[in-house]
This record gives sequence, C-alpha cells and structure tokens, in this order.
Amino acid sequence: MAEFFLELFSEEIPARMQAKAAEDLARLLGEALADLQPRGFKTFTTPRRLAIALEVQAAVEARSSVERGPRANAPEQALAGFLRKHGADRADLREEAGFWVLDRVSPAIAAEALIADALPKLLRRFPWPKSMRWGGSSTFTWVRPLRRITCLLNGAVVPFNLRDGDDDGHGLVASNLTEGHRFLAPGAFAVSSLADWQAGLRDRQVLVDAAERRAMVAEGVAKVAAAAGYSVVDDPGLLDEVTGLVEWPVPLLGKIDASFMDLPAEVMQVSMRVNQRYFALRKADGRAAPAFAFIANVPGSDGGAAIIAGNERVLSARFADARHFWDLDRKATLESRVAALDAITFHAKLGSQGARVNRIMWVARALASALGLSVEMANQAARLCKADLTTGMVGEFPELQGIMGGYYAAHDGEHPEVCDAVRNHYRPQGPYDELPSGDIGLIVAAADKINSLVGFFAAGERPTGSGDPYALRRAALGLVRIIRERGLRIGLGNILNEAAKQNAPYKPADDVLEFILERLRVQLRAEGARHDVLNAVLGAGMDDDLVRLLARSEAVAGLLGTEDGANLLAAYRRAANILRIEDKKDGPHTGAVDTHLLQSPEEQVLFEALDKVAPTVTAALADENFTAAMAHMATLRPPLDAFFEAIQVNAEDAALRQNRLRLLARLRDVMNSVADFSKIDG
Amino acid sequence: MSTTVPSFQELILRLHAFWARQGCVILQPYDVEMGAGTFHPATTLRALGPKPWAAAYVQPSRRPSDGRYGENPNRLQHYYQYQVIMKPSPADAQALLLESYREIGLDPLLHDFRFVEDDWESPTLGAWGLGWEVWCDGMEVGQFTYFQQVGGIATDLPSFEMTYGLERLAMYVQNVERVYDLDFNGKGVKYGDVFLRAEQEYSAHNFERADTAMLMRHFEDAERECASLLAGDRQLALPAYDQCIKASHLFNLLDARGVISVTERASYIGRVRTLAKACCEAWLAGER
Repeated sequence: MAEFFLELFSEEIPARMQAKAAEDLARLLGEALADLQPRGFKTFTTPRRLAIALEVQAAVEARSSVERGPRANAPEQALAGFLRKHGADRADLREEAGFWVLDRVSPAIAAEALIADALPKLLRRFPWPKSMRWGGSSTFTWVRPLRRITCLLNGAVVPFNLRDGDDDGHGLVASNLTEGHRFLAPGAFAVSSLADWQAGLRDRQVLVDAAERRAMVAEGVAKVAAAAGYSVVDDPGLLDEVTGLVEWPVPLLGKIDASFMDLPAEVMQVSMRVNQRYFALRKADGRAAPAFAFIANVPGSDGGAAIIAGNERVLSARFADARHFWDLDRKATLESRVAALDAITFHAKLGSQGARVNRIMWVARALASALGLSVEMANQAARLCKADLTTGMVGEFPELQGIMGGYYAAHDGEHPEVCDAVRNHYRPQGPYDELPSGDIGLIVAAADKINSLVGFFAAGERPTGSGDPYALRRAALGLVRIIRERGLRIGLGNILNEAAKQNAPYKPADDVLEFILERLRVQLRAEGARHDVLNAVLGAGMDDDLVRLLARSEAVAGLLGTEDGANLLAAYRRAANILRIEDKKDGPHTGAVDTHLLQSPEEQVLFEALDKVAPTVTAALADENFTAAMAHMATLRPPLDAFFEAIQVNAEDAALRQNRLRLLARLRDVMNSVADFSKIDG
Repeated sequence: MSTTVPSFQELILRLHAFWARQGCVILQPYDVEMGAGTFHPATTLRALGPKPWAAAYVQPSRRPSDGRYGENPNRLQHYYQYQVIMKPSPADAQALLLESYREIGLDPLLHDFRFVEDDWESPTLGAWGLGWEVWCDGMEVGQFTYFQQVGGIATDLPSFEMTYGLERLAMYVQNVERVYDLDFNGKGVKYGDVFLRAEQEYSAHNFERADTAMLMRHFEDAERECASLLAGDRQLALPAYDQCIKASHLFNLLDARGVISVTERASYIGRVRTLAKACCEAWLAGER
C-alpha cells in the first residue's frame, strides 16, 4: 500500500462548513479512487486547510475480459454497433461458437496517473454550500480563494494542475509545499509525508487535527476559568465553532465591568456568544461571573495583555449599547406599545402585527374558557405577547423576542403568570426545548401556534417539501407536544375552525388538522410507537381530542402486544377476508343474526359473547376506560377460535351461510367500533 | 510600520499613502449622500466589465436610523468609510490588508487578527459577495469581500473590496471609549468639535423633522429621472446612477422617520434595485 496525502490550502473557510467538507472530501475520494482500494481515511481541517490522508494500492492491476458480441451471422448493423460500443476494430474480433468475441485487456494503471486524472474533476465539482470566483477569469471556484495544493504519493508529488483549455485554473499546480501559521510562522516549506506534514505544522503553530484542537479549546477555557475561581457554562456548539476559527488556540480570560452585571443574563449571553464567540462563566453559586473566557489565534507578543484589553473594550461597548436599549425600553410600558403593532405588517395577506395579536387573543380566550382557566389573564398575556417587537433591544437582538417581553412585563408590574406567558410563548422551539411552565403560558403558546397555522394555511403558505419559511412544522409539533405532555383536553378541530373564522376570508381548517395529525404520526414514529395503530383508531371515527386519541391508541397497541390480541387480530383478518370475498359475490351480508339458525354450540357461544361484549365495549369507550374496553374485547378470543375451528362459514345451505356471514359482520363491526383493525400492519 | 498613534486625519493619510503605493487611484468622496462607500460609482459601476481598476477613497456614509443625538459613544448617523476596490482581486489581498493595519499601528503579533465568515449582500444594489469580517481582538475593523455580482450582473472579473469603518478603527487605535473624544488632527481638535452638533441636529432631522411627504415626492422624482436618463438611444449611465443613489438615501430617510411598513419596505428596496440594475446594465453596455 502507498500513502496518499492531499492538502487544499485556502483563505479562511467558514467554521460551520469545515466538518462537512472533510466528510465530502473523504466520500468523493473514496469513489474516485475506488479501483485503488483506498482505506484508512484520516481527515484534517483548520480555518485555512482541508486535508486527507489514506492508503491506496500502488496501481490498478491489468485486467483482461471477454466481451461476447452478436452472432456471426447477425446483420452488419449489429456488428457495427458492437464495435462502436467498445471502440474496437473488426480485426480485433475472433469467432467462437458462432459468436463474435472481443478479448479486452485493460492495462495496469499507476495510482499516480489515476489520482492526477481524478483530482481536477473532483475539485471542480466539490460540493461547497456556496463557492466563489476570484482573481482573473478562471471558472474554477472554491469556498474562498484556493492558494496551494499539496499532493503526495509515498512522498513524491503527484503532478496535476487545474488548467482546463484556455482557463488557467488560477495557475494552481500540485506541489509538496505548504504554509505554517499566518502570523507566527509565515512562508512555505516542503513536506514529504502525512507525519512530516503534521509535525512540520505543529512546529509552525498549526494543529491540524480538529478533535485535538477542540479538546485544547475546552481544556484551555476551563483552566483559565478555574484559575479565577469560575466554571464554564457548557456550550458544545460554541466549542465546535471556535475550533474552526483558530489554528493555534490560546485561551484567555477577560473581565466584565461590575456596572453591567445587572443586565438580563440573556442579553449578556447573546452579546458574548453570538456576536463575540466568548464563553460565559459561572460563579460557584451558579450565578453569572463578571468575566468571560475566549480563544485567540496567537499568544500576543506582550503575553496577551493587549488582546485581553481589546476584547474587554469590545464587550464593554456592546454592553453599553445593550444598556442604552434596556434603559430606554423600560421608559414605556409594554401595554403602551401594543397600539404600535398596528403599524407593523405581519404578512401581506394576514394584515398587521396588531391584527395578528387580536386573533391570538381570541384563541387564547377560547382555550382558557374551554380549560376552565382565567380568561382575563390569558387575554392580557396574549395582548402583550408581541409588544416587545417594538422595543430597541429586540430590534437589535431579534433572538431575544419573548424573553425581553417577559422582563419588560415584570418591570411594568404585570401578573407573574402573564410575564411567564409573554416570556415563554414561543416555546417549545424544538424537540428538546422546554414547554412554558405555567398554564397561561401554555395557552398563549398554543394560541400563537394555532393562529400561525390557520393563518398561513389560509394565506396559501402551507409548507412544501422544499421549504417551510414560517416554521409551521415546528409550530404543529410544538402544539402537539403542549397538548400531549400537559394533557390539554380540547376539541382541536373545532378550535382550529373557529380560529380560522377570525381570518378574512374564512377558509375551513380541515387541512390544518390533517397537517397536525401528520406531525403527530411523524412524532410517534420517531418515538418508535406504532403509527399504524393511530391510523386504525382514526379509522374508527375522527377524534380531534388528541389526548383521548392517544390513550385509545395506546390501549389498542397494548392489546395487540398480548397473545390474546394477536390471535384476535388474526381472527378478525380471517373474518374480514371471508366477508370481503363473499360480499363481492352477493353481499353485503348485513342484518340481524337469526338465533334459530345457530345450529352448533360454537355459533351460539360466539353470538352470546358478542351480545355481551358489544355494550360493555361501548360503555367503556364512552367512559374513556380504554384498558377495560380492550379487556372486554380480549374475551372474544376463545369463542372465536372455537368458531373457526368447528364451523365452515360457507355452508351448502344458503340461509345458514348468510346467517354465519352476518355473525362475522357483527364481529367486525364490534371490533371496528374500537379501531379499524384492517389498518394494522403485519 | 509606523509606531506612533495616528490622529483621525493621520490615519486617513497613512491609508491613502499605503493604497497609493499599491497602485490605487486615490479619489475624493462622491458628492451625493449615500449609505455606504460601496454606492460610490467607483465601486458599484467600476466593479462591472472587463477593464482592470483599482481605487481607494474616503466616503462619508449616512445611516439616518443610526442617529443617537450624539448620546451614544459609538453610533453615528454620519460617519466615514475608507473604501478600497481592486479589480481583478490580487492574489495577496489578505496580506496587503494586514500590511495596511500595520501601517496604522496594529501589529498582528501583538493583536489577534481573524477572518470571520461574513457574506456580504446589498439588496438595494442587487449585489453580493463572499468574504469576512476582519476582527482585531474581537472587534470588527473591516469588511473584506470578493464581489460576485453587482446590479444583478455576474462580475466579469471578481473585485476585492475592503471597507474600513474609520471612526471605530481610530477609537481602537487611539484607545478612546467615546467617538467624540477622538483626536482629529493631533493638535487639539476632537471629533466632537467637528461633528457633535451635526449628530444632534441630523438625528432630530432624521427622526422628527424631515418632511415625509416631500421625501416621498423626491423619491418618485429621482426614480422617474433615473428611468428617463436611461431611455432612448443615448443612455446616460452616470447621471442616471446619481438618481439611483439619491432614491436609496431618500428611502433610508423615510425608513428612519418610521413611515414605511415592512411590506412597503421590501417594495421600496425592490424599486431602488430596479434602478441600480438598469444603471449597471447601461454602464456595462458602454464599457464593452
């Protein structure tokens, strides 16, 4: 095996693209060099380089094969086609057993030649999320200007360039040269192997292994924090990003002026994390520490003092800006900001933010009333929930919407439940986000999502396969989570429809309910639950009370998991099959069973069992005691088994046959009142 | 590298000297109000077409909504951008840029310089490019872009564009917390002596006093004039483009006055973009 090494040295690659690029490079090289049986892929990323090393065969061995062509007596055209396909001449052919035959020999290909041929093509179609042109007129694009290509096979340069006809490919030619750290070790140097490259760059202040750098960043910030008596707030996403921003991580600690420590924690975090990529720190008691940790790319010729001072100043300026908004925003109450929402457009077809808030208020009142909660409080929380969109802080930091509203509502002396609702009504923002804690919060969160769903559906903005710009899937999933996890008993279909009437023009919201149920199915599937059971239960009659629907589904799934249930299902299928076939002949076979025609004891026992079970199942369903309904159903198994054991349904006697078919139809109907068992998979 | 801390005007002079050495034409500010140095025809129009071009200039930039009545330590509704454009982009653009920072006293071994992803887009100009924010010790000290498209037209030769926010950069270099405390000339004149009153008066103008009915009328006039200058056989790309810049600034003023709703906003931006595209096409037609 030979060591193949490739480094693509460029101007700074966005941090978020580095890991995916390494994966793509490994996959594409694996495909392009498949004939060399590549293995042992190792990838490396830094802000300025994307590199890979792997083991390959030194050559693709020569191969011979025999291609059988048309019959020797085939028309001339068929032979011409065969020759064209293989690029062969007639003289290359021989005849064997009445067929033309071509002996093909693929010569050996040296790995070097195969690589030199494959790489320009691979690089030209490299799948960067967005790539760019630079310099002259070359059409070769890369994520940022590509400056060097290092390409070695067992230490020797694999010669290739990116020239393509008149296109000079930026004059890029593969070599054995690379460069060290931009500032600490500038200039090119030669490398001869992966190990040499890694060691040479380590000497030149570049750590090429992203995992190693990430560990150094994590340990580094923890260490500088600990030295000051603090701990680091866990933030894996930030660790990933920072790892992609430096080649030589130097951890440093900066201080935060005490005068800023009364700003809301979220405001400080957004400035630090989003704008500056700083790590937030905590004191031993869990409260925010007056310091931050960060990673520089150079140690600083004065030991880092200037770098620390600079970063502290930048953060102070950001906090000063935030303080300006914080002080200014609190001069006007949220209540007084509501009117201004009328002047802000929400959506061309759905009117202003003010109109939107009015509709959310309507839904919140309806939900509060249905759930026996304070209509007044729900109304007030809904009224204030979008008012922070007019504040300077949310204008500056849109990701703080809701959160700032909560703070400002508290400052205005609103009821704590109202503040909580304003703060948390955008939740849950994803599968792992928490739900609002209080009842009013849940109601406003649900009302906001219901209003968005019916509104955007009415405006013709339902999600498509490729896009969901208004995050309606997330809204539907959030709504489902609120209903499921907090057991909200509401007739969702009715609420959706009434909510839709608040929009003009009114459009019935059946499709919204169907969309939400589809999200529910997806969610159940993700949890490993049987989504076919949900379909079966819905098949027994639409139920828009999701809590009840899921309880019933769970009970049916529970029954099917038992031996009785499995047998009952098998018997049901047998009955349904017979009925399907016989109904085609002369059905449907519905109507009352004639007890006088029940000849054998097995028929009589099944009839009596059905007669006894039907009303108890109906009563248990009405009581929402689904476990009891299933237990009653399970008692049908022994008489059913006995029935099929002893009875031939298609009796010679037409009257007997019809009566037995009616008995099976009755069984099917009783079971279908619980769930449409024909929709169960398996 | 010069080690003395430059005054505000000295900083400009050093940048001029540096970029002049790189072969840039040193231009003076364009005499029409605009939101950013990119709007200067030396960038927007010259970025198009096959002819090489290199220029550097200071451009007073007006952002009416950023007015803070002179009370915010680092926000201004009028500030200076230092703009460099080089077409085609030189292979050592990043190195040149870092060299320019050394010229004004920022040593990359003492400070932490970084290129952080920031794709640039101007919806009003129908332009976009890829590049970075240039960070020095966590502060953005410049915007570096490789132009890919301008006026909805793919650039023949991608340009390198560098924009320095001069006040912010000077505050950093001079270690000043409040923009108005910047040393302007090294002989006792502060930035506030020159601009504080203007910030106070223009903030009131932008947010309270500007006559919105008049601004809307002027917007429409500019739009009409732009179209008319591009009509017929003799297209006047440069005068038409002045009207496009004017329309853009009038829109920014209307926006600051809070009379443009979110949907109208998109429509105004679309109208300016239409003008920009037409001007760019007319310019390009004369270049080829």
